[in-house]
Amino acid sequence: MIVAERKPMAEIIEMVKDCSRVLVLACRGCVTVCSAGGEREAAALASLIRLGMKKEGKTIQVIEGSLVRQCDKEYIDTIDEWKGQYDAIVSTACGVGVNFIANLRKETMVYPALNTTFFGGSAEQGIWTEQCAGCGNCVLHLTGGLCPVARCAKSLMNGPCGGSVGGRCEINKNTECIWQSIHDRLGSFGRQSQMEAIAPIRDWSTTGHGGPRKTVRADLMIS
Amino acid sequence: MSFEPKITLFSCHYASQQSCAEKGKELQQLGFPATITLVRVPCTGKVQVTTLLQAFEDGADGVYVVGCPVDGCHNVKGSVRAAKRVAAVKKALEELDVESGRIEMFHLPRGLHPEFVAAGVAMDKKIRTLGPSPFQS
Repeated sequence: MIVAERKPMAEIIEMVKDCSRVLVLACRGCVTVCSAGGEREAAALASLIRLGMKKEGKTIQVIEGSLVRQCDKEYIDTIDEWKGQYDAIVSTACGVGVNFIANLRKETMVYPALNTTFFGGSAEQGIWTEQCAGCGNCVLHLTGGLCPVARCAKSLMNGPCGGSVGGRCEINKNTECIWQSIHDRLGSFGRQSQMEAIAPIRDWSTTGHGGPRKTVRADLMIS
Repeated sequence: MSFEPKITLFSCHYASQQSCAEKGKELQQLGFPATITLVRVPCTGKVQVTTLLQAFEDGADGVYVVGCPVDGCHNVKGSVRAAKRVAAVKKALEELDVESGRIEMFHLPRGLHPEFVAAGVAMDKKIRTLGPSPFQS
């Protein structure tokens, strides 16, 4: 899922300080699962906006809504349900949702309530960890399913750096050295020798260094 | 003019049993502050962040939660969950540059005991010191 966390309230209050009516718009997709921007978090944010504005001596009307997702045109279209009831939207979706609203609602000012952080999973209740960098050139078949792009601090492609000590990363002792884990995991399958193959210089153009990326599936397109 | 705070207390049935004694009069007789409005809930674990924030929106100068002891919650982890939500609201208040002491969590034993009154007296004293809520327009 896409993992995110709420921006500091001071930042959000600064965004809406000149508004008299805002729509706090939750997303029932990834950010609901990571408890950053679902209906419950949007309700808390709406309350905090009202309180924050009141503290500044201003009044603001905050209404709440939610979309199934904010990354599909069909769902963005349903924002019409609140037509005429707000000056701006405060989206609790990830950055994709904010962009989609901006793309599709030319007349609507939209503000992000979250900082979108990474593609990750729930390590345990209340803790999410980064697992994928969306680099566009997956090497997981070579690394035992563990990603060196997202999970190595230096995104190294040919084994650990000299800072790996006792299976821990030099940037943070609480972070595993993913190359140690790749070695151990490949070893458990008797495939350590895979690590002897030298990975060529990586083409990072698929990672966004060639500009915004696009996926086209002609078989799914209508026109 | 002296400031009379408005304080909202969310307490579980078990920790606030005293509020029922003597047809609800015992708390007053023991000096429980009249500034406190008690909201009894089946378990403080059910009290959401939004509920706590709503109390401030409704005009509370201070809010506190009384739940079971950490290792003796009737619902095992309800009061621990409540404490985490209180902590989340404390952080949010700090982000709004408001004193985090306006909200507190207490873990108290069930039944008739002086600590329940003492917690109320302590909150009343603290909120009087902090003054009116900055959320009052």
